[in-house]
Formats: sequence, structure tokens, C-alpha cells
Amino acid sequence: MKTDIFEPKIIAFMCNWCTYGAADLAGVSRLQYPPNIIPVRVMCSASISPHHILRALQSHADGVLVGG
Amino acid sequence: MSGSEGNFKVSLVQHPRYVDTNKCIACGICAEKCPKRVDDAYNEGLGKRKAIYVPYSQAVPLKYAIDDTQCIYLNKDRCGICENVCPSGAINFKDTQKERSLHVGSIILSTGFTSFDPSKLDNLGFARHPDIVTSMGFERMLSATGPFGGHLCLPSEKKHPRHPDRIAWLQCVGSRDENRCSNGYCSSVCCMYAVKQAVMAKDHSQDPLECAIFYMDMRTQGKDFDRYVDTARENGVRFIRSRVHSVVPLMDKTGIEMKYIDDSGHIQTEIFDLVVLSTGLEIGKSAVELSNTMGIELDQFNFIQTGSFNPVSTSVPGVYACGVLTGPKDIPQSVMEASSAAAAATENIAPARHTKTKSIRVPQERDTSREFSKIGVFVCNCGTNIGGVINVPEVVEYARTLPGVTYVEENLFTCSQDTQDKMARVIKEQGLNKVVVAACSPKTHETLFRETLVSAGLNKHVFEMANIRNHDSWVHARTPEQATEKAKKLVRMAVAKSVLLTPLFESRLPVTQSALVVGGGVAGMTAALTLARQGFPVTLVEKNQNLGGNARQLNKTYLNEDIGAYVKQLIHTVEKNERIRLFAGATVKQVDGFVGNFDTTIVAEGVEQQISHGVAILAVGARESKPEEYLYGTHDAVLTHLDLDTVFKTDENRIKTADNIVFIQCVGSRDKTHPYCSKVCCTHSIQSAIEIKRLNPDANIYIIYRDIRTYGKRELIYKQARDLGILFFRYDLDNKPVVSPNDGCVTIEFDDPILNRRVSVDADILCLASRIEARDNLDLSRAFKVVSDSDGWLLEAHQKLRPVDFATDGVFLCGMAHYPKPIDESIAQAKAAASRAITTLAQDSISVGGIVSTVNPRFCSGCGACINVCPYGAIAMNDEKNIVDINSALCKGCGACAATCPSEALTLDGFNNEQLYAQIKSAMTA
Repeated sequence: MKTDIFEPKIIAFMCNWCTYGAADLAGVSRLQYPPNIIPVRVMCSASISPHHILRALQSHADGVLVGG
Repeated sequence: MSGSEGNFKVSLVQHPRYVDTNKCIACGICAEKCPKRVDDAYNEGLGKRKAIYVPYSQAVPLKYAIDDTQCIYLNKDRCGICENVCPSGAINFKDTQKERSLHVGSIILSTGFTSFDPSKLDNLGFARHPDIVTSMGFERMLSATGPFGGHLCLPSEKKHPRHPDRIAWLQCVGSRDENRCSNGYCSSVCCMYAVKQAVMAKDHSQDPLECAIFYMDMRTQGKDFDRYVDTARENGVRFIRSRVHSVVPLMDKTGIEMKYIDDSGHIQTEIFDLVVLSTGLEIGKSAVELSNTMGIELDQFNFIQTGSFNPVSTSVPGVYACGVLTGPKDIPQSVMEASSAAAAATENIAPARHTKTKSIRVPQERDTSREFSKIGVFVCNCGTNIGGVINVPEVVEYARTLPGVTYVEENLFTCSQDTQDKMARVIKEQGLNKVVVAACSPKTHETLFRETLVSAGLNKHVFEMANIRNHDSWVHARTPEQATEKAKKLVRMAVAKSVLLTPLFESRLPVTQSALVVGGGVAGMTAALTLARQGFPVTLVEKNQNLGGNARQLNKTYLNEDIGAYVKQLIHTVEKNERIRLFAGATVKQVDGFVGNFDTTIVAEGVEQQISHGVAILAVGARESKPEEYLYGTHDAVLTHLDLDTVFKTDENRIKTADNIVFIQCVGSRDKTHPYCSKVCCTHSIQSAIEIKRLNPDANIYIIYRDIRTYGKRELIYKQARDLGILFFRYDLDNKPVVSPNDGCVTIEFDDPILNRRVSVDADILCLASRIEARDNLDLSRAFKVVSDSDGWLLEAHQKLRPVDFATDGVFLCGMAHYPKPIDESIAQAKAAASRAITTLAQDSISVGGIVSTVNPRFCSGCGACINVCPYGAIAMNDEKNIVDINSALCKGCGACAATCPSEALTLDGFNNEQLYAQIKSAMTA
């Protein structure tokens, strides 16, 4: 019987000025969420091009979140 | 103290600490060996410390001191162990008191408060049972550096730690009480901190925890506070409106019994494990003595006496005060007053600016371009914030295995001054050329660590943080193993990026040393005048033809000061000041540029004007809303506050002939659609009611309210109103009063919870405390690139610590555009905004560059796609070379251009593709 539970790996590109700050605040507020999110700080969500998203998926990320 | 304003001689006494701070390395051996254990005052007596100690773990400087009231050697001439064990010979038992003399122009007092000592109130049982604690004590219990390491346990059971299941908070202990103590004022902050403690206690507890707050009025009048309370209530915190009769520990040790009288007047009993007394703020003996020495006038409660129009000035010219010393207040207001006092204290000595400035000597930057990566990794425990969840030693060991890493260290607090000094030393000794700190957020601590790199001769950009606190230990607290794995991943990503980091360079750009103030109300005028008096030219833009704003319609402050006369004088002073250029009937059309170099187009009476300025202050105010209920607008008896203020001025007879006057509070405030408190209405209604009683002592006055929020010393007029026979009735949001027309009167029906029956009043005047609402600031916020919150208030950079800054550099806010507030708070905030603006204006240049986009001319094909996406207009076509140029002073480092460029000719320095790809790759390799 297969017992492995699928645990997605999600790369999250976070804008320094909003999403990253919001993720900081989630910490300050002790909001609990699963550790599958892998944050990557960027200076603006506009700096994320299709290249970055494709690179994440090619590197076997199961999902990509762009927060900005 | 001697001398006078502008020329004080102050003599200071420095008490001996018996430890040479130059020699002490804070190794802690002395405290470990010291045989004398004493109650730790910092932990409110809940823990112990030694006679040689550091007051608290983040103390600056981190150096030990000997408590001379406890030390065995100093008192009995025996022991002296610390002197023997100190490896650096820092102990000096012969240390003596030193006197120092200073020559200063102004003095600011900010000695703060002491927490009320509840042991004098025998009905509350404090000091009779260890599980009855003060709010300060509970604050320490929740702290990672506190007596229980941040774990929620009962102080009574130290040997077998047990979590409490039920905690009660008792409000107004040592506040709003003239019977059992003489603190007739409201301490302003206790309601909010009790709610915060209840929320945090629930958060700290693994098991369901019952939290109950026993209160009289819930005074959470600050920005976003009511929302916080609503969320707390939804999450199960109980709020019980009551008067507590007694707190008695049960004889069988099964808990603490609390007897209270509920809303309907019945006596109730409940049992709790832990009782927190929300003790009020008061002024300590030494602060009173200091004020007396300096000849400063105090009020009846020993707060320094200040006026609404000069909220940081004391009775002695040249001596200023801020914080709780002048009256109870919360952190944002204290921070505002601090900036405000700084502006006030430097106003008369402005010409002396920079005359004693010394510049920091920055060591020569080491050229690391030909070196292999030598990365130092510093992993922080942050007390127990990180170490309590993540296995830090495991992360440290893992970091040692990463390519390029040559040095790894674990710290209790990486941000503490001694660790910073050590980090600088390690960088030099180990020849590190890149640094990774795995700790908290770069948004709060990057600047600090970068300074350390600079002091160690490294470029500040060869630095990377792994956020293992906010993004890991705090949010994955229930899965410590997975959190540890994630921490390793974050460290691995940071190291992978740091391998590719290169030094980045900055240059200086001149600052236009003048300001633009938008809004000519009391806040805007005060800000403009403060800047002008500090020597800076100001352009003041007011939308209306007249200056003064809302204050023109107000009569008096709660301290009975005449607002009309003050505003008239203020307008006159502003108009007369030659450094202030005034544009009435003018609006802002467009804003170009950035901090230090703004170019703003304003339209004044149809004519466009260009204004160059270095900073901007937004003081656009707010307005009284027009109620849509209680017959407002359809019946003449129904007025708003500002309407009533006009009646006082123009139709006193109407007040004098009225039989019944009713006030309804929270009209359009604190409901579902507008869940905020308008802050000024309770005080304004009570103040108006008292004024009515003065004019017409026979009038019956009824105030129908939800919570009376006469915070701070405003509580005194609430007491006065009750003494005058003004009647107060409470209502709930789901049972609002009903108003119906009745000829020239209106009939108001409502339920009285104490009489437990319906009451009806025919009122000649019904005054509605209508909501204060934000103006439509959309165009202005867009122009200045600032944001508003969901209620429309302009949003500051940080609600507690940066209350007058915007996230956008060089733009500041004050007055009611920030949140509804009384005139004294508006004035304090306006001076604070000016003070913060001066931090930019007083410099002749600012630094540009660093994290900005650069263009590689060999790859640029001149397609111009980047020009269109740049939101800051920083990119232009170079027609000669047919490629683009980037103005690094305008570039904000967003990187939109880099993402758009089809040939990757543009890169965002510090966040280039190779670095991002390296992070992605290392995130995915296990």
C-alpha cells in the first residue's frame, strides 16, 4: 500500500514591499501554514519574467506563486 | 540645572557600576559564580538574578553591573568572587559616583512611567498568591527572555510546570479610581494591551485556553484597535462588562475565585487559574523629584502639565517632555511626541545645527574581486523565537557543509551590540568576503547587519539573510522538524545566492532643502511653521480659500482652551512668516521626482505652478460624516457635533431654553461597514454636555453610549459630568435607540440595562456623534505613491514605530488624514512629521545607487520595451548610441525592465537572473 502523501513544493516569488512584508506579518501574527512554501525575495513582482517561472517548474517545483 | 533657554548648564550624576565597561566582555562568568541571588526587578520579581547582572538580554551596552544594595563585598566586605573569576579584570569595587557637567541649549525629559503597585489594594489579593500577577509580570511571562522562557506556566508551580486553563484580566487596576487610590485618570493603554495579551496567551497555549477580560468600558480608540478586538472576540476571548468585587485564592488550592457584579447588577462568581491585574501607568517618585528640581509644573497626578496647543512644552521655557511623563498614552503617540519634542527643542537653537557634528570614519573597502567566496554564516536563536522551534545546532552543522562556507556561528541574539562587534572582528580575522545571517526579516534588520559589514571593510551588498523566524519558526511552530528542514533550505538558498553576490556602489545626489505641505488645517499649518522656524522654506497648499480646516468650527478643547482664538493666531503667524509661501484655493496635480528632488505641479486658481521640494507632508485632514439615521436631515432637532458647536456660537438661546438634550454616540462608527472608533466624540459630547449645564443648569442631559472613551486625563470631565447629574445610558449595536418625530421635539426610546426597562425621552435637541470619515485621497495618494488602508486613512510605514512616515521616502503624514484625533494629538503629530522631514532636509545630499538596474550596452538592441514598463521614468533612449540609458537616481530597483528585456541586457543588481536561478535550484535540491 502506498503511504506517501503528496507534499507539493511551491516556489513563492515575493515582492519586497508587499508580499514579503505580509509574510513577515503572518509570522508576527503567528498565523500557521504548511511549510511547503519556499519564499524567494524579489524587489518587485514585475521583475519576475516567464523565465523565472519556467526555471522553477523545470527544477521540479509543483507550483509557483507570484505575490505582488 | 542652571541657566535658561538656549544656555543651560546641567550637572549629571553617574552612579557607580563597579564594572569597567571597556574591559567587560560580557562572558557572564561573574554572574554564574556570584553567590547572591536576588529578585529580578526586570522580570517583575517572577525570576531571580545575581547581584552582578545585566538588566535585560538586549541591554545596550551589553556590560555587567553590580547591584550595590545587594553585593556581599560592598555591604559586608566579604566574598569578592567576581573579581577573582573575571578573565579581563573588569571588576572595580573602588568605583565611585561621577559628576558630569553639560552645556546645552534645550532639554527633553522622557523618563516614562512606573506601573501601579497593586499590593495596596487588599481586595485583589496581589502578593497573597503567586498566580495573581500584574500585566507587566504577565508580559514578562510571555517573553522568550522572561522567567519561563516564553512558556505559559503558572508561577505557583515552578517545580512541575503546569499550563493555566483559564486566565482572567482585571481592567482599571490603579486607574479610574479615586477611592482606593488617587488615580482618577484612565491609563489609556490597558484595554488594548489586555486584549493583546489574551490573544498572545491563546497563541502560546497548546491546549484550548479560556481568556476573560473584566472591564468597565472597552477603550480601544486607536487606529485599527477595534478590528483587533473584534477578531479577538471571534477567536473566543470573553469580554465581561463588570465591576470586580474581590479576588480570593481558594483554600483548597484549586484556583482563584473572582466575585464580580455583572451588567445587570447581579453578583457572579467564577474560578480562574491565573489572574492578571491590568495595572495603570503612573509617575514614579524619582521623576517627580527631577521635575521639582527643575522647577517644572506638575498636574494633580504628577504628570508634567502641558497644554493642548503646546503638547510637548513644559512650564519652563527650553525644557520639553514627551511620552507618558505628560499623561498616559500608547506607543505610537509616544513615538510621535518624541519626534515632536525633538523638533520643538531644536527650534530655537536651529542655527547651531551641524556645528558639533563629527563624521564616522568608514574603513577602506577591501577589494575582494580576486578572492574565492569565503562565506560566514551566523545563525540566530532570537532568544527562543527561533531556537524554541528550530534545532539551531543542526542548522549550524548543516551550514558548515555548504560550498563556499568557511565560518559558521550560533548566536542567542545576532542583532545585539556585542554580537555585532564580534561579527566585525570575525569578518576581519577569518578574511570573510560574504556574510549570511539566518535570523529574522531583512526588512527590519538588513540595514543593521550591512553597517557591520561596512565597519569590517566589506561592501554592504555582499550580504544575504535567511528569514528563519518570520517565515519559518513563527509560522511552522507546530511542526518543529519540518521547520528545521525548511531553515536548512533557506540557509542553503541564501548561501547559493551569496556565492554570486558582487559589491555594488552608491553615489551622492544633492537635496532641495525645502518642503511642500499639503493641507492648511491645524496640522498642516503647524508642520509648515515648525519647518519654517527650523530655517527651511515651505510651500503650503490649501484647497479652500481659507486656512484653518475643521478647527475653525470647534469651540474649546477638553481643557477649556479657546480653539478659535488659537487658530486665528496660528493663521496670522503662518501668513506673516516669510519662509512660508502660501497657495490658497490650490490642489496638487502631478508629482515627479523622488526624495530630496521632487518637482510638483500645483494648480492655484486655474494657474499651474511648478514647485521644487525635497520632502512633502500630507495633512489633508478628514471630515464629519452626515448621518443617514436618527432623522438627521429630516428633523430640525437633530444635529451633529459641528452643528451643535455652531449653535453654541450663534444661538445660545436655543440651548438655554431646551428642557431635554440627548446625545447618541457612535453614529456610523464601530459598526460592520465602518469598524473604527472616531476617537474624539465621547470627549466632545461630554464637554458639550458640561457646557450646556453651565448655560442651562435645569436642562436634563442624556448621553446614550456604547463605551465611554474618555481616555487619559479626559476621564476627569466624565467624572465631572456625572457629578453634574448628566445621565449616561449604555446601548448595544444590536439594540440601538429608536428616534421618532414628535412635533418640535424628537422622541428617543432605548433600553436601560441597569433599570432593565425601556426608557423614552422627548428631546429638544438630539446631537449625533457622527463618524469622522476620510476624504477621497485617491488622486493625491497616487501622485505621491502612498497608500490608504481599508477605511480610507493614509497608511503609515509602521503603526507603532514609524507613525508619521510613509513607506515612500521623503513623504510624511500628520493630522486626521492619518486617523481621527483631538487637536493636541494633531499638533504633536504635525511637529513630528516636520521633525522627520528635517532628517532629510538637514542633509545637503543623499545616497543613490546600490540595488538599481544597469544596462549591458553590448546586448541592448534599443527596442525600448523597458522604457514603457518603467514606472519611474528612469529609462530613456540614447539616440546617439541607439541603446537605452538608466538614471540610477530615479531607479527604485523594481526590476520590471529586467524582466521585460528580451535579450537580458538589463539586470537588477543584487537580484540578477543568475542569483535567482541559483536560489531556485538550491531550493529544489534536497
